[in-house]
Amino acid sequence: MHMADALLSPTVGTTLWAGTAAVSGYASMKLRERIDDRIIPLMGVLGAFIFAAQMINFTIPGTGSSGHLGGGMILAIILGPHAAFLVMASVLMVQALFFADGGLLALGCNIWNLGVYPCYLVYPLIYKPLTGNSKNPGRILVASVASVVIALQLGAFSVVMETLLSGKSELPFGAFILLMQPIHLAIGLIEGVVTAGIINHVRSARPELLDSIAASRPLDTAISLRKVMVTFAVLAVITGGALSWFASTYPDGLEWSIEKVYGKGELPEDEHGIAAKLKGIQEKTAFFPDYNLKSAGKEPKKAEATPAWPGIDAGTSAAGIIGAAIVLALILLIGMGIRTFRGRNA
Amino acid sequence: MTFDSLYFDIGRLDRLSYRDTFVHRLDPRIKVIAAILFLFTVISFPKYEVVALVPFFLFPALIMTIGDIPVPFILRKVLLVSPFAVLIGIFNPLLDATTVAVIYGIPVSAGFLSFLSILLKFALTVSAALLLIATTSFPAVCHALRRLGFPAIFVTQLLFLYRYLFVLMEEAMRIIRARDMRSFGTRGTEIKVFARLIGTLLFRTVDRAERIYHAMLSRGFMGDIPSLRKYHITTIDLAYLAMTIVFLVIFRFFRVTEGIGRIAQELFR
Repeated sequence: MHMADALLSPTVGTTLWAGTAAVSGYASMKLRERIDDRIIPLMGVLGAFIFAAQMINFTIPGTGSSGHLGGGMILAIILGPHAAFLVMASVLMVQALFFADGGLLALGCNIWNLGVYPCYLVYPLIYKPLTGNSKNPGRILVASVASVVIALQLGAFSVVMETLLSGKSELPFGAFILLMQPIHLAIGLIEGVVTAGIINHVRSARPELLDSIAASRPLDTAISLRKVMVTFAVLAVITGGALSWFASTYPDGLEWSIEKVYGKGELPEDEHGIAAKLKGIQEKTAFFPDYNLKSAGKEPKKAEATPAWPGIDAGTSAAGIIGAAIVLALILLIGMGIRTFRGRNA
Repeated sequence: MTFDSLYFDIGRLDRLSYRDTFVHRLDPRIKVIAAILFLFTVISFPKYEVVALVPFFLFPALIMTIGDIPVPFILRKVLLVSPFAVLIGIFNPLLDATTVAVIYGIPVSAGFLSFLSILLKFALTVSAALLLIATTSFPAVCHALRRLGFPAIFVTQLLFLYRYLFVLMEEAMRIIRARDMRSFGTRGTEIKVFARLIGTLLFRTVDRAERIYHAMLSRGFMGDIPSLRKYHITTIDLAYLAMTIVFLVIFRFFRVTEGIGRIAQELFR
C-alpha cells in the first residue's frame, strides 16, 4: 500500500515530508546520544535483510496464494524504535528509487505510514506493554498480531486520508475506507503471525541476539516515551494546521474525492465486483451531483475540460489534442536526432 | 522466476549509473534538486489537466538520450509498476461520468480526463525517479543527501544497506533454491517453515554485521564514511539547473501545447 506521486497534491506531499524529516532528525539525534557505532552497520545490513526476506514467499493458509514479509515491526523489535525507523525510511527510499514503488514525493507519506506508526506509536504503546519482559511465545504472538494489525490499520487509514486530501481520485470516503481497512486487517493478521513466528524462533535459537541488541540500544522508555508523545503532539498540530489550510482552500476536495493506493500484490483479483459495488455505494451517497463542475470551475485551465464551463470554445479541445500530438512528435524527433547525431560522431 | 528478473534489473540500473556521459557527470546534488523540482511541477497540475502535461516528457526523453539510457529498459520498468496506477485511476471514469467535452463527436467524461491525467503523471514521476538513479550512482545520491543536510547516521547506514542489498539477495536466492529442491508444490512454504528460514537468514545477517563492524573498526571506522571523490558544483551544473527551472516555469505557466495546436490549425485551415 505504497502511496504514489501521481495521486498526491504538492501540499499533502510537502506536509508529510516535513513531518517525516522532523522524525528522522529526532531519531538520528537519539541514536547519536547513545552512539555505539556497532549499530550503524547492523542497521544497514538489516535493511538489506528486509529486501532479501521479501524475496522468500510463504503460503497463506487456506488460500494457496503467497505472501511476503513487510518488516516494520520486526525491525522495531530487534533494533528499537529509533534505529528501526531510520532503517524503514531507507528501505522505502530504495524501493522508491529502484523499484519505482511509490515515488520520491510520496516517500514522505510512505515513511510516515509504514515507519512512524510501527516504530513510534505501536512499538512503545502496544508491543512493549503487551510483552513486558516476558519470553512466553503465546504473549509474543498476541502482542505481535495486535501490533502489526494496528500499525497496518493506521497506515491504511493514512493512505485514505492522504489520498482524500489530495483530491485526485473519485472514490468516496466511506467506500474507500471499506476497501482499504478490511484488506489490511487480513494482511495484518497474517503478517502478525509470521512476525511472532520469527521472533519466537530467534528467542528459542539465539536468545542472546535479542537481548544483546536490546542492551546496546536506548531503552529509557519512560522518558523517551514522553518525549515521543510531545513530538507527536507538535507534529499533529503542524500537520493538522497545514492540512486544514489546504482543506479550506479546496473545500470541495474534502467531501468526495479520494484517490487511492494499494500495494501491487495486495489487491484481490475480483476488482469487477468491487468496482460494481463501489459504483452502487457512490450512487447512494452522491450528495453533490454537480461536484466535478465546482472544482473544475475553479481551475479552468485544462484545455479539454474547459468547454464544459463558461466560455465554451469548440476549438480549444481540438487545439489541445493537436498541440499534444505535435509536442510528442517534437520530443521524439529531438531524442532520435541527438542519438543519430551522436552515433555519427562516435 | 520473477524475483530473478527483479534482482537483475537492480544490477542493471546500478551499472547504468556508472556510465560516463554529460548527465552522469553533473553534480549529484544538482540532479536531485532538478528531479524534485520536476516532480513538484508535474504533480502541481490540477486533476483534470492532460494536455499541458505532455511537454514534460521532454525532460525524461532528453535525459534518456543524452545519458544514453536504453529506452525499452526504462519503459519496461514503468510498465511493470503501472497496473497499480491503472487500478487507482480506473475508478475515476466510473465515478465521475459527467460529460465535459465532445471532441470530434466522441463524448469525453471528466473522470476519463482525471484518469488520463493520473496516468500521465504516473509515467512522468516514475520515469523521473528511475532516470535519477540510472544517471547517478547510489553512493553519489547518498553523498548528495549528506551534503543537502540529511543526518550522517541515516546516510551511512543507507550506504551499508545498498552495499549489502546484493549480497543478501543472493543469500536469499540460495535459500529459496535449497527449499525448492527439497520440496514439492506448496510444501515447504508454510508459515512455520518460512519463519525459520527468515530466522536463519536473520542470524546470518546479524553475524555478518558483526564481522563487517570488526573489519571496519580495524580500518579506522569512526561512524562516518567519507567520500574520496570530491564533487564541485560548476558553472555547467548551475546552467543545467537554471535551464531546468526555465523549462519547468514555461511549461507550467504558459499553455504552450494548446498554442502550438492553434497555430497548426491556423496553418492548415
